[in-house]
Amino acid sequence: MPLPTPQPNVRVVTLRIDDRDLSAREDETLIEVCRENRIPIPSLCHLDGLSVWGGCRLCMVEIAGQGRLVAACSTRVAEGMTVQTDTERLRHYRRTIVELLFAERNHVCSVCVSNGHCELQSLAQRCGVDHVRLPYRQAPYPVDSSHEMFRLDHNRCILCTRCVRVCDEIEGAHTWDVMGRGSDCRVITDMARPWGESETCTSCGKCVQVCPTGALVKQGTSAGEMVKDQHFLPILARRRHAR
Amino acid sequence: MSTQPKITVATAWLDGCSGCHMSFLDLDERLIELVEHVEIVYSPLVDTKELPARVDVGILEGSISSEDDLEKARLFRERCTRLVSLGDCAVTGNVPAMRNHFKLADVFDRAYRENVTLQPQIPTRRVPALLTPVKPVHGEVKVDVFVPGCPPSADAIWYVLSELIAGRMPDPNAVTRFGA
Repeated sequence: MPLPTPQPNVRVVTLRIDDRDLSAREDETLIEVCRENRIPIPSLCHLDGLSVWGGCRLCMVEIAGQGRLVAACSTRVAEGMTVQTDTERLRHYRRTIVELLFAERNHVCSVCVSNGHCELQSLAQRCGVDHVRLPYRQAPYPVDSSHEMFRLDHNRCILCTRCVRVCDEIEGAHTWDVMGRGSDCRVITDMARPWGESETCTSCGKCVQVCPTGALVKQGTSAGEMVKDQHFLPILARRRHAR
Repeated sequence: MSTQPKITVATAWLDGCSGCHMSFLDLDERLIELVEHVEIVYSPLVDTKELPARVDVGILEGSISSEDDLEKARLFRERCTRLVSLGDCAVTGNVPAMRNHFKLADVFDRAYRENVTLQPQIPTRRVPALLTPVKPVHGEVKVDVFVPGCPPSADAIWYVLSELIAGRMPDPNAVTRFGA
């Protein structure tokens, strides 16, 4: 889905989120309106400045009159919409999603370079995940340390595709892509060649900065040092689309 | 509070590094206040050899990696009114569970043959058999309170124990997290 480009004569709609009357541009998505109004909505795949992916489903909300839950990142606002963002049902599903992410791959926080600066880790705490109720899959995943500056650990990847999107949409290199299906799904560089052998990678490091976990990190950083900076992203995105 | 009868506490160290027990000792001067409210009836920190028949609070550190760990976890569950899973090894499997990605024979070779120059041999006598896969404590027995962290801070342990002493169910998520 392309980035929403500002329209010159866009209309304003009124809607109700968590019992608050709000107004928004009709081309905005629910998550944008929530964030503008400081209504916390968890998400892992959504990032301001990148296209919408709708993959993690953590930003699900309830809309009055609709039985199914919708992802706030990929749902546009509408006149008269009534939205709930933090119900018991949503908390239950969000907790389950986070537990599934932990159960699928091997996120051993205590030996992770991103320990203390990981979005999945802090989200687990926010969602009340004090243990994982499902059995862990315990499937081994490889680590690619072939790049001279960066490292990719598939064990810690949650397939949010932020790296894929930032490389394509902001850097313009399209080094990253996704291969396989289901639990075999993996992010890859070039045609699934080692990252260090990539001919398209510019070593800009944007993918590392937007990665929410310890899947993409700088080589040589010690645990707790891998602090990521994502403030550059909306600025670069705006400049790109202004052209 | 000192007029109330003391609650009995038992702790055990399964497959872990003992860091959680070390963090427990990091309560420092608060340990003196703690002994006014609790009696430690079984632990690596005291000399008792057998777990009493009834214990108020059981605390398990470490994951279930061997037959011995499994037996101890089952015994704790049977005899403890409240069972606490302390630390990431107990809650998630953590570092001990990283051997789940390898065959047990390869793990033995790595530990006892490849890195040993003098008399390489695999111990078989007076050691419990290892289990596969390594599991968190709640993978085998029901757990009442989960305290993640590697290790959980002394403050987190203090909060959990204080709540249990007061007869309340603690919410450790407010004070600790995975990998803390």
